[in-house]
Amino acid sequence: MKIAVCVKRVPDTEARVRVGADGKSADEEGVRFVINPYDEFAVEEALQLKENFGSGEVVVIAMGSASSQETIRHALAMGADRGVLLETGSLGVDPVSAGKVLVTELQDGGYDLILFGKMAIDDYNHAVGPIVAELMDLPCVSAIAHLEIKDGKGTAEREVEGGVEVVEFALPAVLTADKGLNEPRYPALRGIMLAKKKPFEVKPVELSSTGLMVTAMALPPARPEGRIVGEGADAVPALIDALRTEAKVL
Amino acid sequence: MGGVLAVLEQREGSLKSVSHETLTAARALADQLGTNMEALVVGPPGVDVSSAGVFGADSVAVVSSEDLALYQPSACAAAAVDRVKSQEHQVVLLAATAMGKDLAPRIAARIDCPLAVDVTTLESNDGKINVTRPVYSGKASYTVAIDALPCVISLRPNAFTAVERAGSANVEELAAPAVDERVKTVVVKEPETARLDVAEAGIVVSGGRGLKEPDNFKLLEELADAIGGCAVGASRAVVDAGWRSHADQVGQTGKTVSPQLYFAIGISGAIQHLAGMQTSKVIVAINKDRDAPIFKVADYGIVGDLFEVVPRLTEEVRKLRKG
Ligand SMILES: Cc1cc2nc3c(=O)[nH]c(=O)nc-3n(C[C@H](O)[C@H](O)[C@H](O)COP(=O)(O)OP(=O)(O)OC[C@H]3O[C@@H](n4cnc5c(N)ncnc54)[C@H](O)[C@@H]3O)c2cc1C
Ligand SMILES: Nc1ncnc2c1ncn2[C@@H]1O[C@H](COP(=O)(O)O)[C@@H](O)[C@H]1O
Repeated sequence: MKIAVCVKRVPDTEARVRVGADGKSADEEGVRFVINPYDEFAVEEALQLKENFGSGEVVVIAMGSASSQETIRHALAMGADRGVLLETGSLGVDPVSAGKVLVTELQDGGYDLILFGKMAIDDYNHAVGPIVAELMDLPCVSAIAHLEIKDGKGTAEREVEGGVEVVEFALPAVLTADKGLNEPRYPALRGIMLAKKKPFEVKPVELSSTGLMVTAMALPPARPEGRIVGEGADAVPALIDALRTEAKVL
Repeated sequence: MGGVLAVLEQREGSLKSVSHETLTAARALADQLGTNMEALVVGPPGVDVSSAGVFGADSVAVVSSEDLALYQPSACAAAAVDRVKSQEHQVVLLAATAMGKDLAPRIAARIDCPLAVDVTTLESNDGKINVTRPVYSGKASYTVAIDALPCVISLRPNAFTAVERAGSANVEELAAPAVDERVKTVVVKEPETARLDVAEAGIVVSGGRGLKEPDNFKLLEELADAIGGCAVGASRAVVDAGWRSHADQVGQTGKTVSPQLYFAIGISGAIQHLAGMQTSKVIVAINKDRDAPIFKVADYGIVGDLFEVVPRLTEEVRKLRKG
């Protein structure tokens, strides 16, 4: 089983977001970066599949600046076999351009499965996985929370509003991981040491220009100052009154 | 010149209410662009598409077949792309639901065009389209200019208000594309409870670790039943503890919700939770800790023990509903 996992370097979920000096991108100064949490589920799933099949290779691919090396190293420390950094100065916001570059790396890889996170928590596009699948004409199931693979066929489950879709697919295929798929392992010290010796390639890439341009970045308007209507159960009538007459939502 | 194509969703034979939002936004955009608006409905035979005209469609293209009772991504993408090509549509709009989030990138990839996801505002001037969309889990937003057409745009549910107008649309039946044999949705498992989904409900009652035990969530279920039309949500802490299902989690690694009214009960208000609910219209917090960060985003707060406050709230709401 040969599996590729695409991982992105993103700001930690704890990070406060600030607008940069250009007014249209985030200020990265002092921000801690992590592997995109959904991509961690994808890496974990790849490792479990390889372990269950008893053989195979897990290749981790990240596109971004040289700092994305750390993100790949994290996945290698979890247990992936080798890494590829597609190095570029600027990622832009167009998922189709991002997908096209990833396809150039993925298309001749002979992968049985290509895994993604369901979305990157920075751009929130929720898009690159299905885009890569369409460009490569592969079956794709997005945002999966459950997966079984047997005899070259898979069954995946994805949450939709008011239910769970069960999807059957043939390999090779593209899958994108949602929370609930598994519990990602923490890299052990031994894993971190081993990761330093694992094969690692760097390839310069360039994203095509697109019809999308960020013209401004803004922080959400602060919510108007709220108020404590009171303490304990005795405050309930005042709350109900406010919801009915002031906010008109009850 | 082609117009705006609104790709709609159906459930049990009628258009979903989120599709009325898509239609309203599509109508407004078509008016700004001075063009027509067509709705596309892919589904089983017999879907009632009459509300498409009521919410602004000039025409409705219906692609139906018994094979399309469930969402089949490949056939839906093919139907939309065929229509964009044959009618030279300039903009494809859909709702950023589970289906729309899956379908939008597929359509954009097949057409090879720009994609803007989960947008909350949309307007056009001088043939350019400007959108805003939340990024960094709602901690910021981008204004994005789209200057290459066609393009695909998905709309955040609840961000656009559906507006009826007097109108009806011509319906055209189209041939259904084949379902890709390599990947098929075979069944949709219904949830155990008949409750609304947190991402769809107009009112969400959420609970956190302050509830102490999984069984105590029945206090929130009772409140939700008393109010009616409610979903019950949860913080990650209680989902990870196995008290509630992943489907109910609100926040950065759960669902993003924007209901009219959000109750955060026994939830501290961690930044990752706030990311998923701070665009709610009205937020109510019930927490025994006056300094809990949730009070910073709440419109109304009660400082107190939820085990006293919530039963009283349920009781008062019941009185109200009767009276
Ligand atoms: C990568 C990452 C992603 C995450 N994603 C999410 C996410 O999507 N959603 C999410 O919710 N969290 C998420 N978290 C977790 C988040 O950081 C918090 O740990 C979590 O939200 C806390 O849940 P809680 O508010 O239920 O629990 P706590 O923080 O323990 O808060 C419990 C609250 O209940 C109050 N309380 C206790 N007893 C009572 C009582 N009797 N009456 C009234 N109030 C009472 C307490 O004062 C306290 O404020 C994420 C974390 C990480 C690292
Ligand atoms: N720059 C990148 N490098 C590697 N993988 C990426 C990159 N951007 C996105 N991805 C993958 O695509 C998924 C969805 O991202 P997005 O469509 O941007 O929300 C992520 O979870 C990653 O698996």
